[in-house]
Amino acid sequence: MRAVPPCGPSRSRPAGPSSRSASRRQARTEYLGPLVVFAGFIGLWYLLSGWAIDSVFAKPSFLMPPPHRVIAAGFLDNSMIRGQMLQAVWLSAQVAFLGLAIAIVAGMCLAVLMSRARWIERSLYPYAVALQAVPILAFVPLIGSFFGFDFSARVIVCVVISIFPIIANTLFGLLSAESGQHDLFTLHDASRRQRLLKLQVPSALPSIFTGLRISAGLAVIGAVVGDFFFRQGQPGIGRLIDVYRSRNDNAEMFAAVLLAATLGIVVFWLFGGLGRRAVRRWHESTGQR
Amino acid sequence: MKVVPAQPAALRLEGVSMSFPDGTRAVHELSFEVHRGEFVTIIGPSGCGKSTVLRLASGLLHGATGNVVVAEDNLGYVFQDPTLLGWRTVQRNVELFAELRRMPRAERVRRGTEALNLVGLAGVAHRYPRQLSAGMRMRVSLARSLALRPQLFLFDEPFGALDEITRERLNEEVLGLFESERFAALFVTHSIYEAVYLSSRVLVMSARPGPLVATFEVPFEYPRPGSLRFDARFTALAGQLSEALREAHA
Repeated sequence: MRAVPPCGPSRSRPAGPSSRSASRRQARTEYLGPLVVFAGFIGLWYLLSGWAIDSVFAKPSFLMPPPHRVIAAGFLDNSMIRGQMLQAVWLSAQVAFLGLAIAIVAGMCLAVLMSRARWIERSLYPYAVALQAVPILAFVPLIGSFFGFDFSARVIVCVVISIFPIIANTLFGLLSAESGQHDLFTLHDASRRQRLLKLQVPSALPSIFTGLRISAGLAVIGAVVGDFFFRQGQPGIGRLIDVYRSRNDNAEMFAAVLLAATLGIVVFWLFGGLGRRAVRRWHESTGQR
Repeated sequence: MKVVPAQPAALRLEGVSMSFPDGTRAVHELSFEVHRGEFVTIIGPSGCGKSTVLRLASGLLHGATGNVVVAEDNLGYVFQDPTLLGWRTVQRNVELFAELRRMPRAERVRRGTEALNLVGLAGVAHRYPRQLSAGMRMRVSLARSLALRPQLFLFDEPFGALDEITRERLNEEVLGLFESERFAALFVTHSIYEAVYLSSRVLVMSARPGPLVATFEVPFEYPRPGSLRFDARFTALAGQLSEALREAHA
């Protein structure tokens, strides 16, 4: 009798342990890569601040303090500075989150409106594009004089800066449902509302979350940079950066920049995670290479 | 199962012509009827307007001249693609049409479950479409239409993308459903064997839009066993159909 050639199940058995070691290897590279890059980044920073700034660029070394001095000056040595900075970043975070929330709601409503009819899209979309291209910061003094230099004006700047990706991605998503799926809804006399809520919005979710992630980053930039330009009212992290810069307190300035960047990363990560959770179970391209 | 000619047709086309805005003529002077309990298949070369006929019958396409008469608006339509909604579970996909028609939840669930049982997919009700094989997705698509208990079923090359064995299995399933539910079916396909195996009547369309070039009555009684495919009479009929189809291509 001939030997039975190895078939599916018998071949897959030795895959057990080897796949376990493969996943361990994968886990190792998963952390190793970011760690190596982080170490490289810190190394480059030390190289710049300890050697290159003096020997290559011939500039005074206080311009670029080394990482440990930044951490110490910003967060460890002086509790007043730390308090000031945390309060400022908290204000900017509030501006960013509220601005982003408004941008999401308004942007999605606008996109739904544009998806209703071609003429609405043609009439409104150019302005959405323009909104992104206009150097809004030039209007900061104007916005300030209309709405005051406090919270609401900063939120407005933040909305203007972060709304476009929401509009563009939501609109693209709403129009991306397959025509065969539209036919199903037509066949069964679906109302426009049913078509929107049961077909277009769900099929738009992946691209809505892509837009959300981009807008989340922009909202933080809007909050920080807008604040930078306001020069009045309670200081956010942007103003604080400006103040430290004008005093040549570069270690504090770097610490404030780090804090602003952290805020951006947290927001990006939060919305990215939210998006993945929402579409993970069904969307084909989620997380695959 | 016998066709009762006194019954009003589930679908009737009378001298139907259809041209698209760009001037392409899709259908010309086409007439035929499909009665309840009849399984009619349209076969013909690609681009002969087969799908257009289904789209006209379903009301998805308008603007034809002539008469398209559909007895009831409750029709099932199975596309070439399963067109499942990826964000819904199998169960919720099957409930979709009932939901669009605002049936109460309990009724929806009952019909959905029943339809899934009919196609033997009750076990995967809580999976998502991407977790299923191509054949299973097609069966979910079938179940989705079955849930409304349609009187008229339109099939647009539903199994063209499947492998041979899966296709044969699904043919048997459709036949089983037809035998138990006694709907009227209009089926579009490229496959001669599929056409003969399923149909009580086969209509042959030609490459150029025009009236039917041939009509074949398929004499085999329902229920039909799978072994019918190896019957000499089956093969002979398939041969005749193949010849007619060659002429239609010319």
